[in-house]
Amino acid sequence: MSTPTKTVKSPARSGRSLVILAVILLGLIVTTFVQGASAVRLGLDLRGGTSVTLQPRASNDSNKITSESIDQAVSIIRQRVNSLGVAESEVTAQGSGTNRQIVISVPGDSGRRVVDLVGQTAELRFRQVLAETAGVASPVDTSTAATPAAGVTDELNNRFAALDCTIAANLEGTGADSPAETIVACSRDGGAKYILGPAEVLGQQVSSAEAGYDPSQGLAWYVSLAFNGEGTKAFGAITTRVTSLQSPLNQVAIVLDGLVVSAPRINEPIPSGNAQITGSFSQVEAQDLANVLKYGALPLAFDRGEVQQVSPTLGADQLNAGLLAGFLGLGLVVIYSLLYYRGLGLVTVGSLAIAGALVYLLFLVLGETIGFTLTLAGIAGAIVAIGVTADSFIVFFERIRDEAREGRSLRSAVESGWLKARHTILVADAVSLIAAVLLYFFAVGGVRGFAFTLGLTTLVDLIVVFLFTKPIVTVLAGVNFFSSGHRLSGLSPKSIGMKITKSSTTLEA
Amino acid sequence: MSKLSGLGGRLYSGETSFNFIGNRRRWYSISAIFILASIGALAIQGLHLGIEFKGGSSYTVNKSGISIEQARASVANVGIPGEIIVQKIGDNKVRIQTGALTSAQSKLVEAALTQTFSVAIESIDTQLVGPSWGKEITKKALYGLFAFLIVIMLFLAMAFEPKMAIAAIVAVVHDVFITVGIYALVGFDVTPATIIGFLTILGYSLYDTVVVFDKVRENTKSVAAVGKYTYSQAANLAVNQTIVRSANTSLIALLPVGSILFVGAGLLGAGTLKDLSLALFIGLAVGTYSSIFIAPPFLASLREKEPAMQALAKRVASRGSNAPAEAGTSQSARPTIQPSVNRGPRNQPKRKGRK
Repeated sequence: MSTPTKTVKSPARSGRSLVILAVILLGLIVTTFVQGASAVRLGLDLRGGTSVTLQPRASNDSNKITSESIDQAVSIIRQRVNSLGVAESEVTAQGSGTNRQIVISVPGDSGRRVVDLVGQTAELRFRQVLAETAGVASPVDTSTAATPAAGVTDELNNRFAALDCTIAANLEGTGADSPAETIVACSRDGGAKYILGPAEVLGQQVSSAEAGYDPSQGLAWYVSLAFNGEGTKAFGAITTRVTSLQSPLNQVAIVLDGLVVSAPRINEPIPSGNAQITGSFSQVEAQDLANVLKYGALPLAFDRGEVQQVSPTLGADQLNAGLLAGFLGLGLVVIYSLLYYRGLGLVTVGSLAIAGALVYLLFLVLGETIGFTLTLAGIAGAIVAIGVTADSFIVFFERIRDEAREGRSLRSAVESGWLKARHTILVADAVSLIAAVLLYFFAVGGVRGFAFTLGLTTLVDLIVVFLFTKPIVTVLAGVNFFSSGHRLSGLSPKSIGMKITKSSTTLEA
Repeated sequence: MSKLSGLGGRLYSGETSFNFIGNRRRWYSISAIFILASIGALAIQGLHLGIEFKGGSSYTVNKSGISIEQARASVANVGIPGEIIVQKIGDNKVRIQTGALTSAQSKLVEAALTQTFSVAIESIDTQLVGPSWGKEITKKALYGLFAFLIVIMLFLAMAFEPKMAIAAIVAVVHDVFITVGIYALVGFDVTPATIIGFLTILGYSLYDTVVVFDKVRENTKSVAAVGKYTYSQAANLAVNQTIVRSANTSLIALLPVGSILFVGAGLLGAGTLKDLSLALFIGLAVGTYSSIFIAPPFLASLREKEPAMQALAKRVASRGSNAPAEAGTSQSARPTIQPSVNRGPRNQPKRKGRK
């Protein structure tokens, strides 16, 4: 080892950097142990599950999209999702201000229910039935559709006649019915259509809802409601008024999101403040409806932006493919660096190993602390980052070679090459970081996962280059194998294209 | 490999030199042709958008021995509106794509598929995209793009110089244009994963350009004071000196992307991995081209318009010397070994050392 005395400072500093890196690694390992994190949390596309993205829409002029109404919707939807009892379900708003989407993810198979559960506005209304016929469109005939009650105009009568409840679009449940108006509506199964009077009891007057089962009366599954004081009074009033009227005027329709769930005949006034909704529900439907009503209507209507259901089989396939691509990419980069950079290539391999360990530990820790989940796009981001990380080593190594071509000794080539490469690496990584941060804030869904991993791995790249690659190369520069320009060191005069063999080492002497 | 390194040495010293900057009109013409072709392809064929952008539903059934005909017949019986596209993915998967469906219609399709193929409903992978959703994500992607271009331009203007920022952005816009053009021309599917790929290209292409510009800046720092080379000559040397580095970084970046493409297209057949890596693969190739052939010449064009640089060009020309291309200008101020020129006392031990 020919160690000139003047560069004592540099190896000492290198030692310190390596110690800092070791402390960081150790710290992360201890953190994962304390947290008990043993596996990276996987996204739904890697383990199967359902994700729904909802786009808020103002259903009418009275409810504009505000930041508060979105927050409120998120908390209501969260309650509904939690009522499913699936662990690790998530409801988040992505984006900023009023331009936000609500993303719901539920792992596993039970997630299929969530699609109907979350998007539902669940605006519940009780309206008096003014007319009822079969759900098909009929020719406009004013003689059969006589004006049975006040408030039914000819125009409404025509709309009623034209309404075809066999068209799927009319059974979508928009929640856009205005409570003060007389409306036409389909039944939920499309079998009947109604003209309905103004709403007299509203969903917000419901204080609790519960699913129940009554085999003795043949009711099967039903949802029982309890009204608050105001609701009890209003429900008592409507039932008292209609009970003595002729059919169909003695029916009260229970309207959910603009569709009639059931329209029972009222046989006697109900002053108790309790009601039952029946309508050939399955157990699941009844429970979901009860939950939806219990937590209240959403302040906004939502368009279903995207629904994605991934089976566990596909999830496992995608995970394996992602990992395979990662190892393949890593392997190719390692082989290339070893062939091209020989001994220095080992530094690349070591740096990539450290970077890999850091990223893995950060995935573990962030999974516990901020609920980071690794998605397929995230894996792709990490694989792409292998290239970015390796790029910074190349920039550094080529700079060292440039400096060596200028005739510097290896030791001084490393130092002056580093000073110049550092600027390039910092600027280039800053560009990557800016891209990652902006992508994260502007995008939704998969793109965000990608941006997050890209940003994280870029930071790791900086840590590794500063705290590992540079110090290690400085240390190696003192090793004879490299400083003498051994054939396999990657710094031999031949491999950097110099025609000088000795002067590079004698220059500084 | 060592041949490439040897070339690197010769390029560094200037012994071998490609005239990237001088031939800029040629590169501009080539790019102009590509960009015109891209515009043509976009106007005539347009992009082949996936269901994420136009709205629609996709169902993937995973069972060995199922056929496209079975799937088509099964879904056709449901009586849903619009065109039905059925594709076979790999050996035992069939994907059915339809127009935008309501959730009631979607349930009918799922029911039909579970019955036809007697598979559990949980094993069908579905994706339903509302008709207005595509507009929303397109809008977000565009906002992201513009914000990125502006922020990066400001950042590069601070880190380097304003004209470098402009040249870098021109190169990036050039890359995105040509990549999108290739997509329109070939008719690859554009999905959100493709968009991720496009956006990543921005970062990558800039990375390459940053590496080249860093060297250009170094070489041209004192170009006016030294008066030996014009700005273009100094910049050209910088491009030659970084070309091995650019080739290396691009190749290293292509290796992992290539393996994602291989695994994504070969094993999974379709989906996020394939779409993403295909966009990256094309974009990286275009990005490497632009960081050498477009960004530095464009920068030189901008800088040569400055009075100081024009004066410098006159001064260099009036010397009557064909400015030798060897040695970076920033280094030329101090004595240095010039490997290609065999003179000076330092040369002596070298000859002895040679076999």
